[in-house]
Amino acid sequence: MDLFFFVVFAVFAVGCGISVVVQTHPISSALSLVGVMGSLAVLYLLLGAEFIAMAQVIVYAGAVMVLFIFVIMLLNSGGETHPGRSMTVKLLGVPALSGLFIVIAYIFATNFRDSARVHFGSFTEGTARSIGRAIFGTYLLPFEFTSILILVAILGAVVLARKELD
Amino acid sequence: MEFFVISLVKIAIVFAGLMTTLAYLQWVERKVIAHVQVRVGPNRVGPHGLMQPMADILKLITKEGFLPSHVHKVFYLLAPFIAVSMALISISIIPFGGEIKVFGYTTWMQLTDLNVGVLFVLAISSLGVYGIALAGWSSNNKYSLLGGLRSSAQMISYELPLSLAITAPLLIAGTLSLREIVQSQGGFNFGFLPRWSVFAGPFPQIFSFIIFVIAGFAETNRVPFDLPEAENELVAGFHTEYSSMEFASFFMAEYANMITITCMTTILFLGGWQPLFPASLGSNFVPPLLLFFVGALLLFNGLNPRRRKDRFSLPVFALVFFLIGLLFLVPVLKPILVPFFWFAAKVGFLLFTFIWVRGTLPRFRYDQLMGFAWKFLFPAALINLLITGLLVALTAK
Repeated sequence: MDLFFFVVFAVFAVGCGISVVVQTHPISSALSLVGVMGSLAVLYLLLGAEFIAMAQVIVYAGAVMVLFIFVIMLLNSGGETHPGRSMTVKLLGVPALSGLFIVIAYIFATNFRDSARVHFGSFTEGTARSIGRAIFGTYLLPFEFTSILILVAILGAVVLARKELD
Repeated sequence: MEFFVISLVKIAIVFAGLMTTLAYLQWVERKVIAHVQVRVGPNRVGPHGLMQPMADILKLITKEGFLPSHVHKVFYLLAPFIAVSMALISISIIPFGGEIKVFGYTTWMQLTDLNVGVLFVLAISSLGVYGIALAGWSSNNKYSLLGGLRSSAQMISYELPLSLAITAPLLIAGTLSLREIVQSQGGFNFGFLPRWSVFAGPFPQIFSFIIFVIAGFAETNRVPFDLPEAENELVAGFHTEYSSMEFASFFMAEYANMITITCMTTILFLGGWQPLFPASLGSNFVPPLLLFFVGALLLFNGLNPRRRKDRFSLPVFALVFFLIGLLFLVPVLKPILVPFFWFAAKVGFLLFTFIWVRGTLPRFRYDQLMGFAWKFLFPAALINLLITGLLVALTAK
């Protein structure tokens, strides 16, 4: 059952990922990205990380991507136009991509051969309680630094977006 | 196998109940608003217009599904589907009552309990924005686009105070599972005051209750926050171009969202299925007494009718109320019906408030709407969360 769901949502995630690049209209691409986020959330859920799965949906699918779509709608941008591809891209594109795949596969096959396999249901530390204990206990300092970093980013955005007062 | 059968039966019951509630909520809304505005409301189809929902459903099904030219077909058809499915999913984790025994099987009056239930509801409701945003954009219509934009901006803004208002009672309950949240609110202070979040210590959650309900109005695009479908400015907002079942889907989604928000308010703040006062003071007899009272009132009006047709219809309704009231006195059904009554009564009261507000308040202006969310609700929710957190930390054992 776990394997069935894994295969379905893994295929869906990869399909949506390809669709993000292939689609010509920005809204279609953004929605495909939502599909990727959603299926990743299901994969997290299968691994037993309920909190991360829900956070994935709330933060990425529910907030970040809604904002993306909001901006695309606001600008009302149309579909991309496809300029003719250059000769180099036509000739070297597919071979270079396959070469990259082979290199990545080789690195994984050699470096991670001995590491333990992931089993569905073996991980039980994904509850909100254990995540909260980790964030506000073990990793308190990095967590606080991250929030300060985000605060700096927000202030920067406010400064940039402020109207010029002459 | 047994689990599957029980789950299927529960799903069937909840689905049928939800669909009936959705259909009749619209009738109730039309009737209540009509009486607020000193009109009669629907009264042609069936006695007191009770068959009006059936007529509406038949009308919407048999209408032609019109596909305007120049729309983005895929998204145009996908949008109502997203809106309605996201609105209906949340009901699957709402607990309607405690543990019950039916024909020897022990089960909960809840489809399923997630240990991240609150986050699940938030996640699903934040996905509901896509339906409205896509509908507005794919219709290729100025009014629809403006409606969709307004709606997404409003829902993103009000999600913040909504989530912050949820956080405060969660600090007191100490869990994210909806069932455990309700269980943590059981019991009574001083023997009569229920330990619901709105009353309970260390800090009564009355402020976050108010913030949550206000943000809930905005999340469901209801008056006074119905800017996305402001008739006088935007024709009908994001669903201007929709007809037939696609339009019905948006309609259903709006009412289903209303039910979800009121159920969540009940669970988080009003103690879910917990009664208003202890059973030792007779809270188990409130539902039958209430139903008998309504039945008696109907019977009295039926015997002294103001209109001739009431002479037949009102006594029949009285009989129905008496029979339902008698069901509450059957010992086998009592543990099922009494918790459900308290849950339904609280949800019903909140739904009535939603309708009441619609009949009472005018619409906000757009800048007022945004200013209210960011300059008042958001800081208020933050301060409330800080005080609650401080007091919970101080009183923790």
